[in-house]
Amino acid sequence: MNVLKTTLPYIISGISVGGQYALIAIGYTMVYGILRLINFAHGDVFMVAGLMMVYLAASLPLYLAIPLVILLTVLLGFTIERVAYKPLRTAPRMSVMISAIGVSYLLQNLALYITGGLNKNYPQIPWISDRISIFGMETSRVTVITPFLTIILVIVLVQLINHTKIGMAMRAVSRDFETSQLMGIQINRVISATFIIGTFLAAVGSILFFTNYPGVVPTSGAMPGLKAFVAAVFGGIGSIPGAVIGAFIIGVAESVIKGLDTILVVNGVISEQIGLATFSDAFTFVLLIIILVFKPTGLFGEKSTDKV
Amino acid sequence: MMQTRSKKNAWLAFLAVLAFLALIFVLDQIIKPTDRLGMLLIVLQKGAVYALAAVSMNLLNGYTGLFSLGHAGFMLLGAYTYAIFTIPDKSRDAVYQYYDAAVRFSIPEQLSRHMGGFGTALGILIALILAGAVAALLAWLIGLPVLRLKSDYLAIATLGFAEIIRALFQWSKLGPITNGSNLLKNFARASKFKLEIAGAKLSLSTFVPVLIATVSITLIVLIVNSTYGRAFKAIRDDEIAAEAMGINLAKHKMIAFVTSSFFAGVSGATLAMVLSIAQANNFKSAMTYEILLMVVLGGIGSITGSVIGSFLFVAASEWWLRGLDSGKFLGIEAPNIFRNGFRLVVFSVIIMIVVLFFRQGIMGEKELPDLFRKKKKTPAKEAES
Repeated sequence: MNVLKTTLPYIISGISVGGQYALIAIGYTMVYGILRLINFAHGDVFMVAGLMMVYLAASLPLYLAIPLVILLTVLLGFTIERVAYKPLRTAPRMSVMISAIGVSYLLQNLALYITGGLNKNYPQIPWISDRISIFGMETSRVTVITPFLTIILVIVLVQLINHTKIGMAMRAVSRDFETSQLMGIQINRVISATFIIGTFLAAVGSILFFTNYPGVVPTSGAMPGLKAFVAAVFGGIGSIPGAVIGAFIIGVAESVIKGLDTILVVNGVISEQIGLATFSDAFTFVLLIIILVFKPTGLFGEKSTDKV
Repeated sequence: MMQTRSKKNAWLAFLAVLAFLALIFVLDQIIKPTDRLGMLLIVLQKGAVYALAAVSMNLLNGYTGLFSLGHAGFMLLGAYTYAIFTIPDKSRDAVYQYYDAAVRFSIPEQLSRHMGGFGTALGILIALILAGAVAALLAWLIGLPVLRLKSDYLAIATLGFAEIIRALFQWSKLGPITNGSNLLKNFARASKFKLEIAGAKLSLSTFVPVLIATVSITLIVLIVNSTYGRAFKAIRDDEIAAEAMGINLAKHKMIAFVTSSFFAGVSGATLAMVLSIAQANNFKSAMTYEILLMVVLGGIGSITGSVIGSFLFVAASEWWLRGLDSGKFLGIEAPNIFRNGFRLVVFSVIIMIVVLFFRQGIMGEKELPDLFRKKKKTPAKEAES
C-alpha cells in the first residue's frame, strides 16, 4: 500500500506529461507516415509556440492570445513544409532529414536571438493553472485535464482520418505515395493538411506543457520533441493510437524515474538517494533501443517489406 | 578514380601536407594568442578538431551511407578518457573536489619520470589512442544491436545512445571517475605544449592539434582508398547489390562504425585538449547537428570538402561574423539589430540556403586534387556513374 501511495503522484503527473507528449508525437507519426521524414524541427515548433504565447499574452488578453498562438503556430508549420521540405520532394531522404535539422538549428538560434537566451516566464492561464487536490495530493488542474483533452482530440482526429475525404487521401498517400498521385490525389494539399494538423496539436500540447513549467528557453523543445518521436517509434510509427500509447508509457516511465530515489528510500529498498533522476531522459532512449532491437516496427506498426 | 592516381600525385599530396604543417608551425611561433590575429590560432585549433570530427562522420554518413547521429556521445567518451588519464597527480584532488578520485595515475606524468619530455609526448599519444579505443569499444557494443536498423531508426537510436552516455557521465555515483556533473580540468592541454630546443621555447599549442587531425585524417583517407573503402561505397550505393557481390554487410558496417567512432573519440580528446576543459553537458545532440552541417556544407562524400567545411564553419561562427554580435559589421553600425545571437541567425540562414539550393555543398563528391585535373577526368567520371 505504501508503495502505491508514494508512487501514485508520480504516475498521475506522468500520465499528464504523457498526454502532452502524445499531442506532439501525433505530428511526428503523421508526417513520418506520409513523407518518411523525421521532422526534427517539430520539437522546436513546439518551443516557438511557447515563446509566442509568452510575447502575445504580454500585450493581448488570453482569450485572443490563445487562438492567435495556435493560428500562428499552424502557419509556421505550414511555411516550414512549403519552404524547407517541398523543394526536396524528389531528393534523397537524407537530404530532407538534414533540411529538417537545419530548420531546427535556425529556429533555436532565432529564439536565442529574440529572447537573448533568457528564461521567459510562461503566463499564468486562469482556471487550468489553478491548484486542486486529487487523491489527497496537490496538483494543478492542467495535470488532470491533459489526459482527457488528449484522448478527446485523438478520437476527433481518428474520426477525421477514417471518415473524411482528406483523411482518406492521407491514408492513401501513406500507403503508396506514387500510386495515390496517379489516382489524382493532390499530394501537396495532403501533406500541407498533415503539417497543419500536426502543428495544431503541438500548439495545444505546448500550452498544456509549459503551464506546468516555470518558463521557456530556446532549447525547451528539443527534449520533449525527441521523446515524442521516441513515443511515436515505440508505438509503431505511422499509427496514431500507437503514438498515444507510446507517449503515455514514456511519460509515466520518465516521471516515475524522476521520483524513483524518493520512492525507493521511503520504501526502504535503498538507504540514501543515489541520483537515479539523472536517467529520467536517458531511460526513454533505453526503451527506444530495446523496442527497436526486439520489435523494430514498434508495438502497433505494420510490417513493411522492401522489394529489390 | 583512386587507383588511377599515380605515385607522383601521392607524393605531391604528401609534400603539400608537410608544407601545411610547417606553415602552421611557423604561425604558431609568430602569432601570439593575445594578438589581433590570435583569433586565427583559435580558428585553426578548433577547425582542426572539427575537421577530424566531420571527416570521421563523413566516413559513416557519406561513404557508408549509415546515417548515425551519435557523434557527440563518442566525442564525449574520448574527451573524458583523455582528460581522466592525463590529470597530474598534484592537481587531482583539486579537480575531484567532491569525490574521491578512482583513477590515480596520469600516463604522461608516469612516462615522463622515466623518459623526460619524450615520455610526456608519448603519454599524450597513448592517452589519445586510449580515448579512441574506448569510443571504438563502446561503438562495437552498441553497434551489435543497432546496426541492423535502417536509416532513420539508426539515426534516432544512435542519437539516443549519445544521450544515455551523457546522462551516465553526469551520474553522481560515477563521480569518482567522471567527476559527476562538474567539469574536468588541469589535464594536459594544448596551451601548455612547448618544445625546448637549445634554450629557445617554441609554442606547439596550435601545431599539436593540427598534427593530430592531419595524421588521423590521412589514416581515414587511406582506409577510404583501400578495399574496405570501396566496400563501404558499394554498401552506400546499393546494399543488396553489394551483398550480392560478396560483401559481408554486417562486418563492413561494423568496421565503418567502429573506425568512425575511434576517430570521433580522438577528436573529442583533441577538443578537450584545445578547450582545456571537459564537461559532459557540452556534448549535446546540438554538437552532432553542427558537425553534420559542416559535412553538408563541404559536401557529403568528400573528405577535403568536410575539412574545408569545418574550417569555414568555425571561422565564420567564431571570427568573421563576430561583428554581427557586437553592433558593427562591415562598417554598418546597428546595435539594435546586431546584438547577441544575430551571428547564429545569419549563419543558420546561410546553412539553410546551402541545404536547399546547393545540395552538393562546396565540393560535392569531388576531392581537392580533382579540381586541378578537371578537364581530363570528366569523360572518365561520366563513364563511372
